[in-house]
Amino acid sequence: MGHTLAEKIIAKHVVDARPGDAGLSPGDLVQVAVDVVLSNDITAPIALREFEKLGVERVFDPTKVVMVADHFAPNKDIKSAEQCAMMRRFAREQGLPYHYDVGRMGIEHVLLPEQGLVLPGDLVVGADSHTCTYGALGAFATGMGSTDIAVAMATGQIWMRVPETMRFVYTGELQPWVGGKDLILYTIGRIGVSGALYRSMEFTGPVIDGLSMAGRFTMANMAIEAGAKAGLFAVDATTRAYVAGRANREYTMYASDPDADYAEVIEIDVSDVPPQVALPHLPENARPVAEARSVTIDQAVIGSCTNGRMEDLRIAASILRGRHVHRDVRCIVIPGTQQVYLDALREGLIETFIEAGAVVSTPTCGPCLGGYMGILAAGERAVSTTNRNFRGRMGHADSEVYLSGPAVAAASAIVGHIAGPEDVTA
Amino acid sequence: MSHDNKILQGKVWKYGNNIDTDVIIPARYLNMSTAEELAQHCMEDIDPAFARAVSQGDIIVGGRNFGCGSSREHAPMAIKGAGVSCVIAESFARIFYRNAINIGLPILVSPEAARDATTGDRLIVDLETGSITNTHLGKTYRTSPFPPFIMQIIEAGGLIPYTQAQVHRRAAKESA
Repeated sequence: MGHTLAEKIIAKHVVDARPGDAGLSPGDLVQVAVDVVLSNDITAPIALREFEKLGVERVFDPTKVVMVADHFAPNKDIKSAEQCAMMRRFAREQGLPYHYDVGRMGIEHVLLPEQGLVLPGDLVVGADSHTCTYGALGAFATGMGSTDIAVAMATGQIWMRVPETMRFVYTGELQPWVGGKDLILYTIGRIGVSGALYRSMEFTGPVIDGLSMAGRFTMANMAIEAGAKAGLFAVDATTRAYVAGRANREYTMYASDPDADYAEVIEIDVSDVPPQVALPHLPENARPVAEARSVTIDQAVIGSCTNGRMEDLRIAASILRGRHVHRDVRCIVIPGTQQVYLDALREGLIETFIEAGAVVSTPTCGPCLGGYMGILAAGERAVSTTNRNFRGRMGHADSEVYLSGPAVAAASAIVGHIAGPEDVTA
Repeated sequence: MSHDNKILQGKVWKYGNNIDTDVIIPARYLNMSTAEELAQHCMEDIDPAFARAVSQGDIIVGGRNFGCGSSREHAPMAIKGAGVSCVIAESFARIFYRNAINIGLPILVSPEAARDATTGDRLIVDLETGSITNTHLGKTYRTSPFPPFIMQIIEAGGLIPYTQAQVHRRAAKESA
């Protein structure tokens, strides 16, 4: 019996594997060596306290421990400042080259691939649930808590259970304005928020072959919203082109065997999938945008680790160009990294956003998790290109978040209620 | 762990499916990182009365996919800090499950016990045998035992003491 992409990457990282072992099976508990250990300004403080308790002086490898101040940075208040200061002190003491502070930092899951820190075939653990984003590169990447990350920082190893894999096959022709976000919202709508619980999702099919890296990052990013441990794409020419010029070390490409054992295979014909919106308060409440059209909005957020890349900003700008944000809507655009910001500036996108009446923020997770930079009052509604619409996610417990891709968010910002891009461009 | 503290008793706080980590501890409190601070805001966006009314030893019972969403360890820390002795659910999101075990918050999967329990019921949980008794309903439920490796982490008192022992063993071996 063959193995899936996820099983092969995990097998390659098993510590003390015995030669002649027949390979891994789903359900096996294994100790693995990690290539990258990630934490951020809200998860690192707990991890660092646990790290201290271990009585280990140094991290296992300073070049493999990455820290990003992105959630509440630039610091929103004194307590956040203390958390970033704690992380900064540790990074200096340990001599961590990949500690990203204000000025260099970006939203972690946009930043790490951009900087070439995660490569195909890597095994990555991060104290952030959206660490699964790196599956887009053909890496096995999964979120864990701070204590797990402390142990991985100290030892370079962690235990994990080999997940079953669900294969998703996307066929058909994409409708206009439909991108990675619409595909993943639709998929989560089909299988539910625990539809891939403890499993790995593998995204395949002709539609995926034609999907950009940005679209793949968006889909892998939201694997966790179906309960998955990881969401993977096989490496192809698109991946190699993205990695070229970023990678400064060797990497390995893996692919699933033709006779790999899948827990489930789900085929999705995208031809009938229009732009999607996920209604409050779960990502599984995905609907065609037309079904949410009557919902008035107070805010539109375009950015995040899900949709804060150049392609996303280009789509939003193409709709906002020459138009104006509705007077009752606050439209907040957040480029994912300093590089994305600079590229958008040079391409004239930032000018487009400002002329349209949107505000542009420095990279931060900010409003996505109700941190700052766009908190909702009671009764307010936002359309957002972020990944979660849980109760109170963006502010008051009685506010609402509608998830969408950048095209729907930009169109809605103009119209003042949820709208499809064709409502403004037609 | 002595046998005595493997028996837990408490009053049920029952919640539904997909209780996410944002309602367990809203992100506006993630600029704090101690169990005491976090406990004061535990379950705030779904049950504002909880943090004030919860008693030492009480048990949270959830439906499917309890603890979904963020990787924030603040969530099980807030629950443990509030004095909750144990969480029982029909199923758990995987990061929450790991986090709970790592920090020493007992966590049990029992679809039947979770479905039957209502707020205010009293439960007796025997961690050693994995049995759950609902004294109000007079029913006892069996849960499947933890895999041996997970049990070792639990018996060590969490992942940090477990890893400390390993690190010391390795150091002793290297210096020998």
